[in-house]
Amino acid sequence: MTAGVGTEDPQTLTSTVGGGSPTGRNAWRGLLVQPVLVLAGVLAFVVWRSTADLSDTEQRQLGWAALSRSVLEHLQLTVVAAVVVLAIGIPVGVLLTRGPLRRAAPVVLAVANTGQATPAIGLFVLLATWLGFGFRSAVVALVAYTVLPVLRNTMVGLQGVDRRLVEAGRGMGMSAVAVLRRVELPLAVPVILAGVRTALVLLVGTATLATFISGGGLGLLITTGINLSLNSLLISGAVLVALLALAIDWAGRVVEHVARPKGF
Amino acid sequence: MSETTADPTGATAAGDSSRRVSGVSIRLEGVTKRYPGQAAPAVDAVDLHIPAGEMVMFVGPSGCGKTTLLKMLNRLVEPTSGKIFLGDEDVTGQDADALRRRIGYVIQAGGLFPHMTVATNVGLVPGMLKWDKRRIAARVDDLLELVGLDPEVYRDRYPRELSGGQQQRVGVARALAADPPVLLMDEPFGAVDPITRQRLQDELLRIQEELGKTIVFVTHDFDEAVKLGDRIVVFDVGARVVQYDTPEAILASPAEEYVTDFVGAGATLKQLTLTRVGEVELRTPQVARAGEDAADVVRRASAAGEQYVVVVDRRGRPISWPSVAELSRASTVPATVDQRLPVVDLRSTLNDALDTMLAASQGGVVVTGRDGVAGVMVVETVMAAIQRTRDEVQG
Repeated sequence: MTAGVGTEDPQTLTSTVGGGSPTGRNAWRGLLVQPVLVLAGVLAFVVWRSTADLSDTEQRQLGWAALSRSVLEHLQLTVVAAVVVLAIGIPVGVLLTRGPLRRAAPVVLAVANTGQATPAIGLFVLLATWLGFGFRSAVVALVAYTVLPVLRNTMVGLQGVDRRLVEAGRGMGMSAVAVLRRVELPLAVPVILAGVRTALVLLVGTATLATFISGGGLGLLITTGINLSLNSLLISGAVLVALLALAIDWAGRVVEHVARPKGF
Repeated sequence: MSETTADPTGATAAGDSSRRVSGVSIRLEGVTKRYPGQAAPAVDAVDLHIPAGEMVMFVGPSGCGKTTLLKMLNRLVEPTSGKIFLGDEDVTGQDADALRRRIGYVIQAGGLFPHMTVATNVGLVPGMLKWDKRRIAARVDDLLELVGLDPEVYRDRYPRELSGGQQQRVGVARALAADPPVLLMDEPFGAVDPITRQRLQDELLRIQEELGKTIVFVTHDFDEAVKLGDRIVVFDVGARVVQYDTPEAILASPAEEYVTDFVGAGATLKQLTLTRVGEVELRTPQVARAGEDAADVVRRASAAGEQYVVVVDRRGRPISWPSVAELSRASTVPATVDQRLPVVDLRSTLNDALDTMLAASQGGVVVTGRDGVAGVMVVETVMAAIQRTRDEVQG
């Protein structure tokens, strides 16, 4: 038996250990397509922007300085909201799979679900009337809208870990925290990260609504474009948000690929 | 027999006193587990004494509480009442995590963590006990050797890259890592095929001979219990100890109707499980090394009147069992490994040997011992043993 498996197929075995199994290599190839498309999109936009004949109104929004400010604001909204979402979603997700707190899971999930089921624009406006207009309210609204996928995937990921492994860990004298840290979380990482990526993409898209409550971001281009019937602004805003979302989605995939537990 | 007074028989049952013992005894006093909302306790006031260095098998129908009782020994299940002693030490109130680091625990399929290498898995408990890195690495290699896995090859592999049997070996190595005096095994060989199981059992017997741990082993397979156990505890519902004795005694005189039923109708054939291959007469085969001149070997075999030749590799392990006719067609003895070659260990039971023969559709098995091929056993030997037991039972 020992010898049989030992000689079976050293090639695949060693390559799996190296993290470059055939499936792994295909995954990398898939990961290369998306950034190429995004780069092509960015390049096309830059070429169009540099050569297009723009009116003064258009110039005000599409000037490089204004444009980069909008993009930066948008990223800021996304990143700050994402950090808060992770800081809330993952710990709460972990807590809701521990001992007696498990019973609270349906309630918390229902609340998170309400956050996501409410139309995003309504959420923004409601929160703005309560907390005031501006960046802070926009972040709160974004968090309420996107915490669900992170929370739920954290719970599902942890619940998907084989109970016998948890018992094996406890049985050899690991504390509950050690089992969580060394066994459960590492094994749940793929599912948790999938939720994080979903949340990030949702955030980039939804952050366009921040402009309605003076939260800034690329939404400004889109709303101005609609209000003044300037297609150049409208399309620029939409294209840039789409490229940003694709880029972030790609970054998320790369992290998922790198951080997945070894040995699979 | 359920009382701690079972102790005095300990000396006789442990067999030869020269055996090395590194385990400690386990004593249970009135250990009870009640689950809320259930009328009858899952485990009802069990008293049990497990002598140091013995392998004690817990058998019984599923739901009888044997696994619950096992898990109370390392407090994965907290006893409702009663006391548990390791040696003279009352461990009932001790910190459970610290206690578990002193008790090896093996579960089905090894329970290996799939995202850690074999070495990391095995080194977990020493790591928790704050051994330094070099000591852990050396210990891991020793243990892999002990369970029959080449450290060079397997150290850095992930569990998924191992067969079920190999995973189980790593599971045993992991449980032994910090050299615990007690080993708890919860149906460890339940998920592997019969041939692999038999080899793992042989390995466990070899390891136990070397280490002399106190092992508590839960199984639902009575044959396994007879083969491995120094003693067997037969449980009924509520973990009631129906009989606690050596395998020979349980087979010879079951305490109750219940045990007779549990042992099964084929008790005569079960005696085959009591006889080890090493205890019956083996034939000495013609042995040839791979790469030897075939004509020489054929001449030697014909002179000895043998029809078959056992071919061994460089390390003396049997790899194939060709007939003289086959060999005479080759110029040198081939080095091809016959994956289906029936091989058993001297520690295997006659039952194992018969199973192996049937699985390989052959009338004999090659028997290996510590120093390679120990002989060949043919099906007639098993038949003779069956006949002998039958005569004994009738006479």
